[in-house]
Amino acid sequence: MYAQMVKSTGERPKTLDEMAPDERAFQMRVDADIKIEPKEWMPEGYRKTLIRQISQHAHSEIVGQLPEGNWITRAPTLDRKAILIAKVQDEAGHGLYLYCAAETLGVSRDEMTEQLLAGKAKYSSIFNYPTLTWADIGAIGWLVDGAAIMNQVQLQKCSYGPYSRAMVRICKEESFHQRQGYDIMMKLCAGTAEQKAMAQDALDRWWHPSLMMFGPPDGDSVHSAQSMAWKIKPMSNDELRQKFVDQTVPQADYLGLKVPDPELKWNEARKGYDFGAIDWNEFHEVLKGNGPCNKERLEARQKAWDDGQWFRDGLMAHARKKNARKMAAE
Amino acid sequence: MTTAIKTDTALFDLALRMGDNALILAQRVGAWCGHAPALEEDIALANVALDLIGQAKMWLSLAGEIEGKGRSADDLAFLRDARQYRNALLVEQPNGDFAHTLMRQFLFDAWHHPMLVALKSSADKRVADIAGKAEKEARYHLERSEDLIIRLGDGTEESRQRMQTALGALYPFAGELSAADAVDADLAARKIAPDLGDIGKGCAAYLKGVFADATLNAPESAAVRKGGKQGLHSEHLGYILADMQFLQRAYPGATW
Ligand SMILES: [Fe+2]
Ligand SMILES: [Fe+2]
Ligand SMILES: [Fe+2]
Repeated sequence: MYAQMVKSTGERPKTLDEMAPDERAFQMRVDADIKIEPKEWMPEGYRKTLIRQISQHAHSEIVGQLPEGNWITRAPTLDRKAILIAKVQDEAGHGLYLYCAAETLGVSRDEMTEQLLAGKAKYSSIFNYPTLTWADIGAIGWLVDGAAIMNQVQLQKCSYGPYSRAMVRICKEESFHQRQGYDIMMKLCAGTAEQKAMAQDALDRWWHPSLMMFGPPDGDSVHSAQSMAWKIKPMSNDELRQKFVDQTVPQADYLGLKVPDPELKWNEARKGYDFGAIDWNEFHEVLKGNGPCNKERLEARQKAWDDGQWFRDGLMAHARKKNARKMAAE
Repeated sequence: MTTAIKTDTALFDLALRMGDNALILAQRVGAWCGHAPALEEDIALANVALDLIGQAKMWLSLAGEIEGKGRSADDLAFLRDARQYRNALLVEQPNGDFAHTLMRQFLFDAWHHPMLVALKSSADKRVADIAGKAEKEARYHLERSEDLIIRLGDGTEESRQRMQTALGALYPFAGELSAADAVDADLAARKIAPDLGDIGKGCAAYLKGVFADATLNAPESAAVRKGGKQGLHSEHLGYILADMQFLQRAYPGATW
């Protein structure tokens, strides 16, 4: 999802018998739902996988500022403008907590930023789609934050203490975002015919990319089993996707909007919605860098980083001077 | 402020000037979200923009009330053209590099905070109430701005150079904030607003001290660039409004 394609060790999880004593003790703590804390021993694979997962998540929050930030200057009322700025600000805050959580595993924020800019670290595919109309701001809050919550609620139970605690804080804010997004959609759907058409068009464009946020189907994911054994990924991609569809379709019905899937149908036996195939080709293309906005998103982050170099250097230099003056005075 | 059936146009202008300064600056600052030099700056600038939008809403609501024609804060923000805007030229200046953004903010805050402190004792209770709420926010903005100006002025050679360039470019716009016209004189005589000359003097002395700490030099004899307070703007404002008002103009009468 925000971390869609996290490479784990690529090996099947070991059984307790196959493990060395340290590793066995670790796994038993995880199995007993005891949180793992930064200073404790952990398998190298666990540490590396978590760094990948948390940093992908953090990068998603940071890059995620861009599509919505795109409408800050054009928000239609003062209240909408304030709500949108506050939301984008929350996402920056999420990025910050998550970078801090990853730093407890021995990687610095600067290193993670460099990996993002070098194209070595991924961020969620969803942020490579453009925000074309105001309704996209509603659709993102409703669908994208909705999908994020679905993922993050289960991550509150993640075995790694700092990540799990970051998720608790973040989830509260994400549910505000979702309500605010849905509120934009409600206003549009109760508005003029043009506004309603704008809302439908946004749903048409954001529906499938939102479903892709949960990552490839379980059968295709080689890295899930180990992550699930370590409890850094409590639920599978397909389980989460199904939950999201079941929750979201009635919300679309309430708005009077049509979910763009002719095969979508309630399945009474399963008590869930059946839905049509997802174009995984598109997903892999977007991850490879060929989505509609990959280039613009990375360029924007690169520019912020490059243009900000003098600013960061200036602050560091001042701190050094101030220290030197203090030392000289003592 | 009792039985006036006619609009108190000077008071209306004051509310517009205060509100438009806040709104246009928020519009500029808000554009940084996601593009600032550090994550902490993204967050801090968003805070400033949010405070200013809140203030703009209060001032423009008051302006609508004084005018008495039923215009809301949103009507005033989204449906006036450039010639009806009353913000000072300073706040509509482009974001430029981050040094320009910080310097524009500092020059504004250095006037805005003492202005709001003075407005807290306005003879008009509504003005005093808004100033009371806004003043604490403005004090925080000023503290943050001052701190950054000093650290970056007295930082690296490059950061000093950039801050100096920004100061040279923006200083000529600072004087307009404290330049009194007939409206200001009328408001001062009625104790609704302070004597702007006094605010200006205090502001100039304060700036001098901070620039000394920051190792920056304000231009000696810069002609004051003004006109925005009377509705005579730079070419930048039209584009700001085109952006900001797009939806309200493209879909007249729709609610959002
Ligand atoms: Fe977030
Ligand atoms: Fe998130
Ligand atoms: Fe969010």
